[in-house]
Formats: sequence, structure tokens, C-alpha cells
Amino acid sequence: MQKTEVSKKIKISFELNNRKINMDVKPSSLLLDILRDELGMKGTKPGCNEGECGACTVLINGNAINSCLYLAVNANGKEITTIEGLVKNDGTLDHVQKAIIDNGAVQCGFCTSGMIMSIKSIENYYLSQNNNVKNKKKPNKEEIKKWLEGNLCRCTGYIKIIDAAEKVLINEE
Amino acid sequence: MLKKRKLNIIGTPVPKHDGKIRVSGQAVYGHDINLTGMLYGAILRTEHPSAIIEKIDISEALKLEGVECIITADDIDVNNISYKRDHPILKKGEVNCIRDEIAAVAATSKEVAQNAIKLIRVEYKIRKGIYDPIEALEESSPQINKFISGKYKNKNTAEVFKYSHGNIEEEKKKSIVNVSRRFTLPRVTHACMGTSNITAHFDKLSGKLVLYSSTQVPFLYQRDMAHALKMNPSDIRIIQPVIGGGFGSKLDMYPFEPICALLSIKTGKPVQIIYSRQEEFIASPTRQPMIIDIACGADKDGNFTYRDIKIIKDNGAYTSWGATTPFVIMQAFSSLYQVKACKFEATAVYTNNVFAGSFRGYGNPQATFALERIIDLLADKLKISKAEIRLKNANYKNEITGQGLHYETCGHIECLEKVISESNFYNKKNTENGRFRKGIGLASMLHVGGGAKIYRSDGCGTTLKIDPYGYCTIITGSNEIGQGSETVLAMIASEELGIELSKIKVINTDTDIKPWDVGVHASRTSFVAGNSLLGAINILKDKLNNKAKQLLNTENSDFIYQNGMIAIENANEALALDKVVREMHFSEPSELAIASYFYEPLSQFQNKEFKGNVSGTYAFASQAIEVKVDTYTGNIEITNVHTAQDVGKVLNPLLLDGQIHGGILQGIGYAISEEMIYEEGKLLNPNFHNYKLLTASDVPNIHFYPIETNDKQGPYGAKGVGEAPLIPTAAAIANAVCDALDIEVLELPLTPERVLKAINFKK
Repeated sequence: MQKTEVSKKIKISFELNNRKINMDVKPSSLLLDILRDELGMKGTKPGCNEGECGACTVLINGNAINSCLYLAVNANGKEITTIEGLVKNDGTLDHVQKAIIDNGAVQCGFCTSGMIMSIKSIENYYLSQNNNVKNKKKPNKEEIKKWLEGNLCRCTGYIKIIDAAEKVLINEE
Repeated sequence: MLKKRKLNIIGTPVPKHDGKIRVSGQAVYGHDINLTGMLYGAILRTEHPSAIIEKIDISEALKLEGVECIITADDIDVNNISYKRDHPILKKGEVNCIRDEIAAVAATSKEVAQNAIKLIRVEYKIRKGIYDPIEALEESSPQINKFISGKYKNKNTAEVFKYSHGNIEEEKKKSIVNVSRRFTLPRVTHACMGTSNITAHFDKLSGKLVLYSSTQVPFLYQRDMAHALKMNPSDIRIIQPVIGGGFGSKLDMYPFEPICALLSIKTGKPVQIIYSRQEEFIASPTRQPMIIDIACGADKDGNFTYRDIKIIKDNGAYTSWGATTPFVIMQAFSSLYQVKACKFEATAVYTNNVFAGSFRGYGNPQATFALERIIDLLADKLKISKAEIRLKNANYKNEITGQGLHYETCGHIECLEKVISESNFYNKKNTENGRFRKGIGLASMLHVGGGAKIYRSDGCGTTLKIDPYGYCTIITGSNEIGQGSETVLAMIASEELGIELSKIKVINTDTDIKPWDVGVHASRTSFVAGNSLLGAINILKDKLNNKAKQLLNTENSDFIYQNGMIAIENANEALALDKVVREMHFSEPSELAIASYFYEPLSQFQNKEFKGNVSGTYAFASQAIEVKVDTYTGNIEITNVHTAQDVGKVLNPLLLDGQIHGGILQGIGYAISEEMIYEEGKLLNPNFHNYKLLTASDVPNIHFYPIETNDKQGPYGAKGVGEAPLIPTAAAIANAVCDALDIEVLELPLTPERVLKAINFKK
């Protein structure tokens, strides 16, 4: 059997924050490292590199994943959104980002990108569930907490983050 | 027409001034710095907590392509670091704890640096380590740290603190109840979400060193770094990127920081070191583990008579600022609740464990745990209510304690009354006998609220300027570490100068620019930096007022500053602030709209007996915490936390809530889930999977009642708030669990295993 060449790069293409990217990556490269070191998306944070803290959460096709556990080659053909992709061209923040600020849900901010991406993924989940449905479903507070279990924060005690998520996911129309 | 108003912005929920960059991925943390030509550093640590280093062979590592520099202790000319200068930057001849640094590499990529580390061969002669501080104190134990002067009789004693007030023997005679216990407190860690990091850039041409460092104390750090590297402090510039969590962990300088500087000095290139999460667990500081022996008494009326305390602190192999936690610990014992006599002795003991550092609360959570547990036991013996005994002995306004702390304001009684009534404490009797048992526990805390004078100065400098367009720049010595100090300072400037928040900038990250400050610790920043800013504002307003008087041709200088305008109250004519500044700059005699002020709190150094009024003011808090315990699994659910805190004055309720919630969650973690598990000096759980931080699902209902006592020393009456919320939490939870189960709790954390053991022990 032929030995697999681990250092040989593989061509992949994907959409990053609505922009087409073509690049060569090593089969062993992690999406987190590619995003931060090669594509300059430093808003995605390295917190533990073992999928426990959620600081590196990004969206792949709208779903939250830990980019520290995700091989970059698997991003081929997919849509990736990072925290930078949520800010509109005119500098307007996404409503989740705004809710985080307004609810006092950011202190040191190291977990914040991942938290925001996780809240976005909850929003996306309910958007897809509610597509063409009359009585729109909404998560309750306990469900929101459960969704956010994978994102650790050492500063805020989570309460303001949950408040911000509730505001966007439950209270806003 | 302008009219005088009460406070306009102070007291309102202003969102974080620097919020936008922190929610959009634009904030630059140390991890995000990438300088041209930058190398990546990595550190080889020992495999054994106690061993002789017989040989270090770097030859194979040096051959690796991309390795630019490898250093060991033999390659560097440096001084020891740490509070007692007992800590070599790279270890020579022996290692004494599992985080010990043996060699460091700088390479062109992270991977090469890590691979080079693996190629360094070290031969050890393994010794038997000493991991129990009581064993370390035995005569037969060998000396662990060879760099201490021998000030103490016992060779493994790092530091001893002794304090007393009152006549303890007399008070013992008056006591009708006496309780004594030994409490054991665990090792926990900060677990900042951003791991430790530094980027060093030495410029060979100028001989100057720039450090991008997440220290909490940049000016002390600059001095410590200069001492370590034998440089002039002013040749070292500290730039602080955004910090991914502090909580006291960045109060000391650690070996990786001068190591990174040395790699940059040797290579002449920028070098960056970033800890992995595992490295963060192994090689960043911890809270002090303590063994607390405490004996207390009360008289027939329930008055506290005496406290006799002996503490052994596991110092680890080296001494950090954390060894000075008894400054704070003894305050809790001498001055939280009234007590007629107190005798206190704390000994920090060298062991082959990792060294403990400073952590939010600075020894106070440990002390408060022991004290508040004992108070419940005293109440049980006296057969009086746990609320009554606390109210009877609570601290009061204008009290001067045995240690000389002067409570010019004191919300202790109000805090207790508030949580007792809001939690319905008297009616929460545990009557259930099934699987789930409910309980409620009370605890209070005392902490410095106006800085702590333990350095030569506890001051903070501010330079303030207004530009010709009416924008204001605050250059402050204090740092933002996520707690919100930038926001509070911007609010103060906006309040006083009538400039809208979007036109206020805060500059606070560069020691070459900002005036001196002792650093972020002791819950001091809003108090000290706030007062410093108010001082600068007063000076600047005098200048602006003089120009305004001249322009308005008036002798009256009672100006109001609002909405970018300056005017005498009710006068028809108002001046635009920017115009006044332009007139100052550009008309004779010309002058800048700039002012500097250095604020030093009105606190005292304590004398050799540790007596004196060490802080500008004091903060108090009480918590009543309700728990529900599953007697089958030992699991504790925290259902309600009622917390009242004497904050002096609420400056910003939104940010204040954040400090309270975050502190309480850290306190709950300390009480029930967090523990670093060591076996023979090696950490068994260096990851988030096995070191249990609480998650969003663990959040209880937190009911917060701020108590405003309006201390005249504080900015607008405010006191420091940051550390207080976590200090009484573990104590209140332990009291609640004891209430629920009628058990003894002698150690933390109250993991399910420990709870079940205690239940079985009772049977």
C-alpha cells in the first residue's frame, strides 16, 4: 500500500463570510489555525484547542462548530461565517452583537466571539424550523442555557449573556 | 439656558465603552499580535517535580531547521524573580515543581519550536518530593528553596505573619461556648479564557525592549523585568494588548515572560510565547491552599469574644505575591464582625507543589469560609438563630476595629438585614425528609474598598486633555482588564465636562505614555483611578473657567458644563466648549487644555504589628444562599443566591451586575466543583474536561441588592466592588448544605463524592 503523504497539500474552496476562498491546506490543518494564521480572521479565539471551551466557535452552513476540532479540508464546498462576517459593510453590528453590548454581556471578551456564533446558530436553527410555519417556535430560557453549555465564560457568570440571547431569540419579532 | 442637574450619567446603565471592538472580533489580544519576522517561543518544563538535573543536551534540537536560539540557565545572565527573589528564571542543577522551566527555544514556526522542545534531552536523578506542608515543616525534611536568607528557624518557612489584639486569655474566661475546627481549602485556578501570552521585541540598535504583555501591574512589572534582565526600567516599554481575563493571575511576573525577552535579546527578533490550555493549567498560578485551625468563643449573650487562628499555607516551591495574602486574611479574622480579642499566625511553607499566586479575593474566600462556618457552629451551641448572632455582632458605621480599620461608612447591618428579609431566612426551616433536602446559609464579608496601601504608593496618575474640537482624551495609569474601568472613567469625564461619551477616548495601554499607577488589584480601579480623574478634571476646569470668564466678561466662575456648552446657570449666553479650548490655544497668553493629577488615597501603612487604616474605605457584603441537595447522588443545586453589597454608590448598574454575577459564579465553582487534583506534585486534570468550570446551565437565580452608603472618600461615594461578590459565596453554600443535611463540612469543594461521604459519616 502506498504511504499517505501527510504534508501534501489539498486544494479546497469554500465561502468565508460571503467571499469565495480557494486555497491549499495540509490534511492535518485545523480550521481554527487556517482562519487565524492564514486568513487573518483573528476574531475566532483559541481557548483550549480540545473542543471544551467554545471560544473558537464558527458557523458552518449556519451551524455552530468548534473550529479547533474541525479539519480545514472538511470545509470544502461549505459556507463559513466568523465573527467578522456578522458586521455589515457600513459598520452596523448584527443584532446579537448589539444585544451582547446593550445587556452588559461582555467583559474581557475572549469568549464573546464564540458565544455570539453559538447564539447565531440557535437563531438559525429556529429560522429553519419556522420556515413557512404559522405558529413560530421559540426556544425557552432553559433551552437557551442548554444550547450555550459548550461555551465557557469566566467573567460574566453567564446571566447577561443569557439575557442577551433571550432578547434576540424570544423577545424580538 | 443651562440648569444645574443632579447626576446625569453616573448611576445609569451605560454599556461598555469599548464594547464594539470586543463583539466584532476587532479587539487585539496578545494571541493576535503578529510582528514582522516574529519567532515563536516554547518552553521545556521538567518531567519530575523534584529532581537533580544531571545533564541537558540541546544538540539534536539545535540541528532542527528553523530553530534560531535555545537557552538554558547556563546561557543567561539574570537575577532571580518573584516577591522574595527566590525563583530562578531557568532552573540550574535541580527542579522543585512540575512547572519548572529548564530550556527555551525560539523558532520560525510554532511546530518547529514544539518539535525542538521534544528533541532536548534531560537526564534527571529523581528525588522524593515533599508535597505536604506539614511534612515540609518537620526537622528532617530537606530545604526545598535554596535562595532564601534563613530569616526563619525552619528551613522551609517562606514567610510568617503574626497579629494580635485584645486579651485572648481574659476573653476565653468570659466565653460560655467555644468551638474549634481544622478546615482544609483546595487549590483552584483562574482559568482565564485567554491563556498566558507575551510578545517581546528587543531592538539591538537602541537597546530598548518592548513587551506586549497582559500584566495587571505594568509599572511594577517594568521594574521587576528590569531587575531580572539587569536593564534600566525606562528602557523597557510595556504595551498591554486586550487581556483575556485577569482575576489576579497577572499580578506577578512569571519566568515565561523574561524568558521570552531573553529569546528576543539573543536573536534580535520579536518572539512570541503563548501557553496551550494544558500549559495554562500546569504553569499559571493558583489560589492558596490552606490548612486553617480556628478556635472561637462567645459569651452568654452571644457576643463574639475571641478568635485564635493558625494557618499553614502551601507556598509551593517559590514565593509569589500570593504569600502576602495574610494581609487580607487577618483583616477578616480581626475585623469582620466585632470581636474583642484576636490572635493570628499564618505561615507560608515551601513544598514541591506549584506555587500559589494571587486570585480575586486574595485569601479572603478561605478566611471567610472558616470564620462563617464557625459562626454557625457557635450559634448552634448557643441555641440562637444564625441570623441573630450575625446581626448582634455585625460591624457598624464609625467603628474602629482592633486592627485599626476605620469604617467611616459601613453597610454590614443593612446587607445582613436585606438578605435575611429577602430570602425569608427565618421561615426557611428544613422540614423535608425525602431524597431532596433544602437548606439555607448565611455569610458576610469585609474587604478593602478603597485600595490597599501595601506598596510605597497606592496612587494613580491621570493626564486629561480636551482638543480644539471638543473631544476629550483621558490618559490614565489604570488598566482595563475587562472589568469596565474605561467605561466608568469615560462616564466620569462625561458627567463633569458635559462631553458626550462618543467624544471621549481612554488611553491606558502604554507605559511610555501613561502616568504611574500601582496596578489592577485590591478592587481599587474605579475608586483610585476615578478619584485621580476627578482631580485632573478640577484642574482643567479651573483653566477652562478662567478663559470662559474672560470671554464672557464676568467675575462669576460657577460654570455648568452640559451638552458641549459652558455657561453660568440661567444665563442667556453660553459658550461652546470647543470654542473655549480654541481660545485657550490660540489667543494670548496661549495655554493647552491639559491637566495632570496624581491621587494617593488617604490610607495608612500598617505598622509592624499590622495595625493601621490600610484602605481608603471598606466594602461589606452578605449573602443568603439556598440549596437543594440530592441525598442519593450528593449533587448540590444552588437555587437562589441573595446578595447585598455595600458598594458605596452605584456608578453603573449594568457593569456592576456583571461583577456581581461573575464573582458569584466563581464562588460557586470554588464551593462545589473546582479542584486541581495533584498526585505527588503532578496535576492530574489539566483540562476543562476534568477541571469543572460552571456552565450556563448551572446558573442559579441571583438576587442582587446594592446598598449605597455614599462614602465621602469615593468618587460620587463609590467603593471598590470587584472581589467582594465571590468572597462569602463558598461559606454561605457550605452553611446551607450543613443546614440541609445536618453534616459537618471541613473541606472544599463539596463534590458529590464528599457530600455522600459526609452523609454516610453521619449515619
